Amino acid sequence: MIRSRLGRVALQLALPIALVALWWWTSSGSTQVFFPPLSRIVDSLQEDWLFEQVGSDLVPSLTRFTVGYALAVGTGVALGVLIGLAPRVRRASLPVIEFLRSIPPPLMLPFVLVVIGIGDDSKIALIVLGAVWPVLLNTIDGVRGVDPLMLDMARSFGLGRGRRIGRVVLPAASPKIVAGMRTALSIGLILMIISEMQASTNGLGFRVLSAQRSFDSAGTYAGVIVIGVVGLVVNFGFLVAEARIMRWHRGAQRVVEA
Amino acid sequence: MTVLGIDRVSKTYGAGDDAVTAIDEISFTAEPGELLCIVGPSGCGKTTLLRCISGLMAPTSGAVHLDDRTVTAPPRAMAPVFQDYSRSLLPWMDIHHNVTLPLKAARMPRAEREALASDALASVGLGAHGRKYPWQLSGGMQQRAAIARALAYQPEILLLDEPFASVDAQTRADLEDLLLQVWGRTHLTVLLVTHDIDEAVYLADRILVLSAAPTRVRKTITVDLPRPRDQIATKELPEFAHLRASVFALIKAESGSAPPTDAATPDG
Repeated sequence: MIRSRLGRVALQLALPIALVALWWWTSSGSTQVFFPPLSRIVDSLQEDWLFEQVGSDLVPSLTRFTVGYALAVGTGVALGVLIGLAPRVRRASLPVIEFLRSIPPPLMLPFVLVVIGIGDDSKIALIVLGAVWPVLLNTIDGVRGVDPLMLDMARSFGLGRGRRIGRVVLPAASPKIVAGMRTALSIGLILMIISEMQASTNGLGFRVLSAQRSFDSAGTYAGVIVIGVVGLVVNFGFLVAEARIMRWHRGAQRVVEA
Repeated sequence: MTVLGIDRVSKTYGAGDDAVTAIDEISFTAEPGELLCIVGPSGCGKTTLLRCISGLMAPTSGAVHLDDRTVTAPPRAMAPVFQDYSRSLLPWMDIHHNVTLPLKAARMPRAEREALASDALASVGLGAHGRKYPWQLSGGMQQRAAIARALAYQPEILLLDEPFASVDAQTRADLEDLLLQVWGRTHLTVLLVTHDIDEAVYLADRILVLSAAPTRVRKTITVDLPRPRDQIATKELPEFAHLRASVFALIKAESGSAPPTDAATPDG
């Protein structure tokens, strides 16, 4: 049991370690401007990101992301329940939703900057504008798909509207909602970076862009690595939380498939 | 105790030329404490009838009464047990919470609902399984849990929609006896829809035989087999065979290309 788990971890680490080793070896002694030795990138990582720019750039980025993502999920789920439960509202609003969500969110950045300004609000707004759609559409879909028998049961046992939504509709829709949240997570991370590449004075995106503009290629790579690690950690955290919260779903699913 | 009266209830789906009458002026009365079984040929409007009775669906005409009140929404005095336990129990809650959820909705104090749920689960033999999730239990145990949920709700009328149709024969017999046990102890009015004639004869005080669609009450049969009933002894009685045969004949006549029934046989 422990051995097999160790083996799995070793297997998952093998390729990344091999790639880093390969990178280290091929880049050592490189004099090309845009392909600095990995050792210099590591130096830059240590210098800038342990921990000087953590407070000045990483924390602001993550704060914007967290607030934006939370708003996107909250708005998406709330609107999704409203729309999903009312067939007429759904039919009326779907064309608009499909139009809005097919606008590439980065395109909204100039618009958001003009309307909201250049502070944190506009960056958060951009994250919300991009991340809300998968949550919204999946919630609508999930709510629509709730088993009518469960709703009959809930009504027969006198569950009021609030409890029907909170204890029946939302949990029943939660597998779809969580899938939407997972998509929204990567969209949110991308938009966090993009929002910091214009009219910004800090953040991961700002830092990478300014390093690149000052031909600090080691610093650019270092920033990219930090962004990659952030994405990895956020996604991993999400998966761990999902596995816990949706334990019932996996259990029930296994029974259905058996 | 409450008298359940079904008064010329009809349900028509659609309108104009496409209108389909599922049930047509059904009338009957369930006396307090009675175990009433409803049987009919497949495809007759049994489920529609039960949805109208339970207040989930408004009849096109006619009305359902509890004493002198008209049912317009699911009444507090009724609790349902559905055929498909795997869809009516909530898979994200353990059995205990499935049972207490309706009690919470009824604003029952915590101590009381915990006690009621434990009692109900114990009474169906699930006392030790409250912390398990529905999908961790067998089909028969899930349906026991659904029965416990209905009992804990403390209804006066239990509505069962083909409750034992999805379990194997042995489990089915066990659940039938469990229902008789519970009913004998609680004096509930029980309305049970089934397509199984043996089951109806074995359980019922009275059997309502429905016609093919548009569904009416074809005949009401009183079952005066002695109680307590026993899966072996009761089913060996000549009266059992006789009742079974007469119900079967009625249903067979209905499910073939039988002539339309003459007037329904309202009673009560």
